[in-house]
Amino acid sequence: MSEFAVELRDVVKIFPTPEGGEITAVNHINMQIKHGEFFSMLGPSGCGKTTTLRMIAGFEWPTSGEVRIDGHVIGRTPPYLRPVNTVFQSYALFQHMTVFQNVAFGLEMERIRKDEIKRRVGEVLEMVKLGGMEHRKPQQLSGGQQQRVALARALVKRPKVLLLDEPLGALDLKLRKEMQLELKTLQEQVGITFIYVTHDQEEALIMSDRIAVMNRGKALQIGTPVEIYERPTSQFVADFIGETNFLYGTVRFVEADKASVYVPVLDSEVIGLATAGLTVGQKAVISIRPEKIRISDKPILTKNCFSARVTLIAYIGSDTRVSVDINGQRINIWEQNKISSLDTNIYYRENQEVWITLFPENTLVLPEE
Amino acid sequence: MREKKPSLWLRLVSLLIYAYIYIPIIILIVFSFNTQKLNVRWEGFTLHWYEVLFNDANIGLATRNTLLIAITSTIAATIIGTMAALALQRYRFPGYTLIESALYIPVIIPEVVMGISLLAFFAFIQFSLGLLTITLSHISFNIPFVVLVVRARLHGFDKSIEEAAKDLGANEIITFWRVTLPTILPGVLSGALLAFTLSLDDYVITYFTAGPGSTTLPLRVFSMVRFTVTPEVNALSTIWIFTVFIMMLINQLLTRSNT
Repeated sequence: MSEFAVELRDVVKIFPTPEGGEITAVNHINMQIKHGEFFSMLGPSGCGKTTTLRMIAGFEWPTSGEVRIDGHVIGRTPPYLRPVNTVFQSYALFQHMTVFQNVAFGLEMERIRKDEIKRRVGEVLEMVKLGGMEHRKPQQLSGGQQQRVALARALVKRPKVLLLDEPLGALDLKLRKEMQLELKTLQEQVGITFIYVTHDQEEALIMSDRIAVMNRGKALQIGTPVEIYERPTSQFVADFIGETNFLYGTVRFVEADKASVYVPVLDSEVIGLATAGLTVGQKAVISIRPEKIRISDKPILTKNCFSARVTLIAYIGSDTRVSVDINGQRINIWEQNKISSLDTNIYYRENQEVWITLFPENTLVLPEE
Repeated sequence: MREKKPSLWLRLVSLLIYAYIYIPIIILIVFSFNTQKLNVRWEGFTLHWYEVLFNDANIGLATRNTLLIAITSTIAATIIGTMAALALQRYRFPGYTLIESALYIPVIIPEVVMGISLLAFFAFIQFSLGLLTITLSHISFNIPFVVLVVRARLHGFDKSIEEAAKDLGANEIITFWRVTLPTILPGVLSGALLAFTLSLDDYVITYFTAGPGSTTLPLRVFSMVRFTVTPEVNALSTIWIFTVFIMMLINQLLTRSNT
């Protein structure tokens, strides 16, 4: 057994356009996906995530570079000879077949004995909670149930890798949240490597062991959800995952993992964690998440602490969202409501003068894009 | 959705229009059971004309020819037309629009023109006229109709089901037989039924491409009514109407079952 379930080495995919031009859908991607891992490819539409998935499935072939599945270079092997299976965004169920026939289809292709097929289909339908639905047709099922049939149909083949292309995209929010946890549990139960494509960052954070954040055909950052959220290495990733505040400036000094940035709008330097490769004089951007900013009546630190005026208060139950203004620069802060009180004086008021603190360990210095 | 009831006026007009369409056909059916030889006055009920019809050797031969041509041309046109529809759905290539429009031109060309062109063509290649030339001609005018019907059904065809089949281990051939064809089958059958009906009652093109001994039912009927419409023709037409009607009904049911 190879070290990686799937490995992409310098993969490029170029599509011709109808006008005779070219589009680079996937631009020199390298990924190493471990056995049993829940790996997500996350990015906006058109970032190349689905194309990458389709190259692993065998529906597209790389223009250059290589795809390895379990250590073997897969080349131009057609989809029906690859040890991977796909759950399609549209489910792609066979409408003229029953649930049982849909799930059994893949096993029939392997020429497995009838009674064995029956047993395995029954097992997998139990697993996805569709026991007793064997004889229904897909159009008699709800969206969530159809989704489970698609999942069962792929899982019953016991693939080395299961590829999921936005499988929850068509479901409503509540069902989606349920299915997210269910999928995660299922993946741990069967131990199959999952490669999951989504544009929903929350979904990726909830389910994944590791995430590849993609944009314009490139994998910008690959890491655990915590790494991706807490230590984004680029402005795009910081912006795409969660909410953040950006302050633009110029790097004044870099020392070990710390950097100082002069921010004109604050007329001050801000100290934060440096990303690799920052140089003095470079245009940089400070990124700090709204829940990590401290708001107070008095200054707390001598540095990274600024006077501001409250412009907007929004109480949303679990936290209060405060917008403050410093010389026309708006900064959003989320204060968790840890005290249960009807006394509204514990919250800040509009036009109140406050101090905000950007703790250096929560503040990231990123190269400006 | 709340359904509105049509007004009395609208119902009356509709009734008149239906009467306008169906009265001649009803008269024809009624007179096929008439004891009198002229379609003028009702005299009494008889099945005599049906008996005459079934004992008429010429009609028997024409029926055999017609069915032979209709079945053969339907099968051929359906296979070719379905393949063309699938190819036009799946591939894009230079000259696509031209090829696509060229396929539909036979639908709008006057039948007489097509008949003459086929006759001229068969004469040009010195192909003797007969059942074969009629069948070839019917295949040729039926292909575009099959393509039209099948393509309408393919509109919105989710090609990911074919990918899913391959993903689950089916090669191209198994994918076609077990997934693609069953999915588009209602459209294919619709196309086939249309082709069959068109072939069954074609007169103009058949007239130009028929040779000695290859008389079909429409040709036979025309020769029978040259002087007067006999009850025997009425009986034949009645059977014919019901045959086509039942086929259209099947087609309707097929269309409905898939939507």
